Amino acid sequence: MSAVTVADAGRALARRKARRRLTARPLSVLGLVGVVVVVLVAILANWISPHDPTLPNFDQVLAPPGAGGHLLGTDELGRDVLSRLFYGSRTTLIAGVLATLLGTLVAVPIGLVAGYFRGWADVVISRLVDVVLAFPFLVFAVGLAAILGPSLQNVVLALGVAQIPGVIRVVRAEVFAQRELEYVQAEVVNGTPTRAIMFRHILPNVLNPVVVQTSLAVPATIVGAAILSFLGLGVQPPTADWGTMLADAENYLGQAPWLGVFPGVAIFLTTLCFNLFGDGLRDALDPTAG
Amino acid sequence: MTRLVLYRVGSALITLLLASIVIFLAIRALPGGPAEALSAESNDPAVLQAINHKYGFDQPLVPQYFRWLGQAVTGNFGTSPNSGLSVSSTLLNDLPVTMELAVLGLLVAVVIGIPAGVLSARKPGGTLDSVGSTGALAGLSIPHFWFGILLILGLSVWLKVLPAAGFVPIVPDPIGNLEHMLMPAVVLGTGIAAVVMRQTRSSVITAMASDYVRTARAKGLSEFDVIGRHALRNSLITVVTVIGLQLGALIGGVVTVEQVFGIPGLGKLTLDSVYNRDYPTLQGVVLLTALGYVITNLLVDLTYSVLNPRIRVAGGAR
Repeated sequence: MSAVTVADAGRALARRKARRRLTARPLSVLGLVGVVVVVLVAILANWISPHDPTLPNFDQVLAPPGAGGHLLGTDELGRDVLSRLFYGSRTTLIAGVLATLLGTLVAVPIGLVAGYFRGWADVVISRLVDVVLAFPFLVFAVGLAAILGPSLQNVVLALGVAQIPGVIRVVRAEVFAQRELEYVQAEVVNGTPTRAIMFRHILPNVLNPVVVQTSLAVPATIVGAAILSFLGLGVQPPTADWGTMLADAENYLGQAPWLGVFPGVAIFLTTLCFNLFGDGLRDALDPTAG
Repeated sequence: MTRLVLYRVGSALITLLLASIVIFLAIRALPGGPAEALSAESNDPAVLQAINHKYGFDQPLVPQYFRWLGQAVTGNFGTSPNSGLSVSSTLLNDLPVTMELAVLGLLVAVVIGIPAGVLSARKPGGTLDSVGSTGALAGLSIPHFWFGILLILGLSVWLKVLPAAGFVPIVPDPIGNLEHMLMPAVVLGTGIAAVVMRQTRSSVITAMASDYVRTARAKGLSEFDVIGRHALRNSLITVVTVIGLQLGALIGGVVTVEQVFGIPGLGKLTLDSVYNRDYPTLQGVVLLTALGYVITNLLVDLTYSVLNPRIRVAGGAR
């Protein structure tokens, strides 16, 4: 029992050190602030949007920014761009965060099993991982999305499943290394049940690289979701979505260039903030990694 | 070493074989089929049946798969029901376009990424490093397709210096070809430039702390020679491997970039055949992609093992 308390204390200390390293970097803090802002916008979209995001207004089609009370202008159906941006943050965050969570939650136990038991379980799992990784991430996601049909739910499913093999690889490799360490061998000798060794002892020790990978997977997934929408395989109109807005904008670049700028700025700033935060997290949790 | 190479090549072949099954089944899991896409409005079952029969899509899946695989091994990917052309001739036609785009994109990545990485590595934590690292993060965060739209807006719609989209073959008109390829290559190269920059930076920083760089300095070499001839040259091995590992990102980028700029390469072919449910073309192009991807990963893997004997031992013991 006392060993666990010592380990807990050690972990608490490591956490405090990591938090200090993270907050010492102004750019990571800026990234975190940006992420919080996007989350707040998504939650408050109902209240802060000046107009209905899906209501067409044919009297004010393609109004430039600032005209007629539309701060960022209107699109080809006269819908307010700012309101659509606010509401679009919802599909973006849902796709980015849920898909990453889905992929990670499915992959971690599989990676644990492969890395801990080795043998035929590892052979089968690793072979399947290899097969999926024979396709580039985006090609695999596009294929899945095309099979499942276009909807937000299927975007989450496609991008989530596409992430599973990569996470399995990371977890498996980490567990592989941990399994040989004395603390695991000691638990085995003590007769600790295998499940407890895997989830109570090994899992906490492989969590850092998983958290780092996850935090950097969110921005990649957000861009992936935008690409699927842009290709017509994701969120369908009239739902406000940044990728769909850019796809529509392509036809009006000559008359209404702002339509092609604002949604992209939103995607770019969101992914940049997630990346800044994820980078800081990596340096904080894993100071040895480049 | 020979055993390791044989083992890796063998498992790559098994991976490809399994991948071909995944491709075959996944494509048949797409909602709708080639006949429905071809016959458009006419939903006459007789027409659908005739089309399916003509291309063998009405046969049971297992013989269909083995016939496809048997022909694919000899380079025959069947005939597209949409264009009526043989798939291999379409692939051979589009492959050089995509290759050109990829090579130009990698060139952009190297030309931006390596100097930026070296400059950042000279004073880690300095102003130049902060600018470089933030720039790299921006390059990683910017979505390809939006960056393409921005360039079209700026250079084609506004300044009117480059064509917005389309493609001109290199043979009769090399200048027109380059004009059309410039923006796509820059877009494709940006994200990879960021990765190259980061890897160059961390490798050069490590090298700068090593004994041989101290020796080179002690010899009185100029800073340019120390970095260029010693630190950078030794860092390039890892940089090259990292570029190899970026192939997946490159292929993903090609799909969106070709779509945005209307370039008739393999990426656009993939999307078009998804939309048209063109089974033979889709099977061919995805199998070709997987083949290229698996071979590159294999080469990167083996290069690593040759360069780092510790990996060799670990891999051989498996």
